[in-house]
Amino acid sequence: MILDYNLIWQNLPLYLGGALLTLKVLLISLALGLLLAIPLALLRVSRSPLLNAPAWLYTYVIRGTPMLVQLFLIYYGLAQFEAVRQSLLWPYLSSATFCACLAFAINTSAYSAELLAGSLKSTPGGEIEAARAMGMSRLTLYRRILLPSALRRALPQYSNEVLMMLQTTSLASIVTLVDITGAARTVSARFYLPFEAFITAGLIYLAMTFVLVRLFKLAERHWLAYLAPRKH
Amino acid sequence: MNKTGLLGALALCAFSILAHADEDSLRIGIEAAYPPFSYKTPEGDLGGFDYDIGNALCAEMKVKCQWVIQAFDGMIPSLKVHKIDAVLSSMSITDDRLKSVDFSKKYYHTPGKFAMKAGGVINDPLVDLKGRKVGVQRASTYDRFATEQLESAGVEVVRYASQNEAFLDLAAGRLDATLADIVNTDESFIKTPAGKGFALVGPDINDPKYFGRGAGIALRKGDSANATRLNAAIDALRANGKYQQIQAKYFAFDIYGE
Repeated sequence: MILDYNLIWQNLPLYLGGALLTLKVLLISLALGLLLAIPLALLRVSRSPLLNAPAWLYTYVIRGTPMLVQLFLIYYGLAQFEAVRQSLLWPYLSSATFCACLAFAINTSAYSAELLAGSLKSTPGGEIEAARAMGMSRLTLYRRILLPSALRRALPQYSNEVLMMLQTTSLASIVTLVDITGAARTVSARFYLPFEAFITAGLIYLAMTFVLVRLFKLAERHWLAYLAPRKH
Repeated sequence: MNKTGLLGALALCAFSILAHADEDSLRIGIEAAYPPFSYKTPEGDLGGFDYDIGNALCAEMKVKCQWVIQAFDGMIPSLKVHKIDAVLSSMSITDDRLKSVDFSKKYYHTPGKFAMKAGGVINDPLVDLKGRKVGVQRASTYDRFATEQLESAGVEVVRYASQNEAFLDLAAGRLDATLADIVNTDESFIKTPAGKGFALVGPDINDPKYFGRGAGIALRKGDSANATRLNAAIDALRANGKYQQIQAKYFAFDIYGE
């Protein structure tokens, strides 16, 4: 089989535009998702059922339904209602980019919240006792000890979540966005070159994954150095 | 099965072979699953535009129509092995098909049409749609037309995996217009509750470079006898008003094209 890369080469700007869009959607949804995940995680470790149950329900529903379904509901579902189309939110909800970011942020917030909650729960008891012995209030305890420690220890799992999200952004192409996958679909449909088109997309995702993995390695070396095996 | 039964069955076979050899009948393949062109009524009878046109053509040619219902992808093979003599099932005349079969002249050619909010006006798509969002189905002939003609004129082309998603977004107000086959747009959008307040707008989009030459009746290669009389019959139906009569049963617009 002979691969025809001339056409791919000519359509490289389409792929580059797609890569930028993928990055944009990924960064926005990760930032929003993490912001939402921290309070959610705190609720999830609360012993009060009034605080815990709503957060549990949220993560259960979001983690229990496919991302594709959530995206369809937000993009096509909400637009069915006249009330939504008349509302102040419509200028935002009518944008495919906004809907994709929103859906992805909600999705990653649920997974990240569970991940952080697990990390919070596994905080060594000694750290908490020491903080109490120092006379820290609960707020200070969370701010100075629990959260920083939990966030650090969650880094390796969180890097997984980020990679998963990178691949998930490929769903953006089904709500008309021309991200990397969208570019590949366009090229494939226009020139009947599915193989070349999607291989190129795959290579771009691989390159992005490589960079992300390196970045997380650096971050772990920086913030998790205290957990690394002793070198001397 | 006893011997008499077997003999009877054989006789029946022989009879049907004789019947098939009958000069004055035409065995026509039809899909019966492509409404409103061909379908089965709840009673199990054939119906649709293709079916009615076929019967009118046979009446015009004074031959007996024998309808053979079968899957679309098996039509041309059946034609080649003489199981049927013609395919009248909304088959588009394309260069690929012309390599293996002949076609009568077209009996309809539905153009593409823009759908937009009722009251919208498109005189020249390249001018009136500049800067507007037009939805098409990805990889369709309309996508190709939009990419090469509209996009370069400054129209923002939005591509969808399915035509229905484009209609949803048009109804939601995310698009200014959609471009698709007139029958498809009319049947699956304009006539539905979601399409209320929307209309077919603008000129017919039917550049043969993108959209081919319409639907014709496929015949075996070299079958010029049938081609000649079918072409004459199509012209006759157009001239004596029967075509328009049948068309009015299914469509509110002329589907013959120019």
